[in-house]
Amino acid sequence: MFDFAFFLFAATTVASALFVAFTPNIVHAAFALVFTFGSLAGLYVLLGADFLAVTQVAIYVGAILVLMLFGIMYTHNIARVSGEQVMMQIGPGLVVAVLTLFVLTATVVSTHWPTKEITLPQPTVDRIGVLILTDYLLPFEIAGLLLLVALVGAAVITQASAGKKEAGES
Amino acid sequence: MIGLQHYLVVSAILFAIGVFIIATRRHGIMMLMGVELVLNSANLNLIAFSRYVETGVHGQVFAIFVIILAAAEAAVALAIILSIYQHLAKINLDEVHSMKE
Repeated sequence: MFDFAFFLFAATTVASALFVAFTPNIVHAAFALVFTFGSLAGLYVLLGADFLAVTQVAIYVGAILVLMLFGIMYTHNIARVSGEQVMMQIGPGLVVAVLTLFVLTATVVSTHWPTKEITLPQPTVDRIGVLILTDYLLPFEIAGLLLLVALVGAAVITQASAGKKEAGES
Repeated sequence: MIGLQHYLVVSAILFAIGVFIIATRRHGIMMLMGVELVLNSANLNLIAFSRYVETGVHGQVFAIFVIILAAAEAAVALAIILSIYQHLAKINLDEVHSMKE
């Protein structure tokens, strides 16, 4: 049952990622990405990372994809790009991707990993919370500062361009 | 029996697909999606190692920081792409070769 769940989630992840790579329609790509991130959350559950799975659904599916769909809608005529304009350099890109995949897979298969005995997964929320407020307190604060700066920066960038547009029109 | 290497191979496939998207797509938001795929493959690696190797939950804490960075990166990158679109009316990044009008 566990193996079946793993192969189901892995197949969904890879298939929807391939769909994202090859579909000409960008809105379809954004919705296929929902399935990629969702089945990745399933893989996280299989790995015993309950908090990360919920975070994945909340942030990637709930926030980042909605942000991307808003970006697509704000630039509305970009969803209708014609066929030959969608991709370029397919040959070199394919060579680079296949070589990367080959090297990574060969490394993974040929390396002896020092694995431990697998035990039943424990809840991780309390341990992650304690670690964030003790060992990782400084990175946590820096991440909060980074999010604030990103928020202000994104607002300023779009504000500046909108204000300039208004000034140009009037 | 599913082991560490199965997860690492899935992660390698995701990474290669992400690199392929970044290399071949011209559309700004599509390239952003490729970057998200690459970051997600790194996250899968971190979580798989924290399950199968004796590290505790440190790998998962690191994955949380990766997710935070991905969220900040997506917000700023989308703001820049929208700004480029408003200024130059172009969305294909290979056509954007000047930084002002």
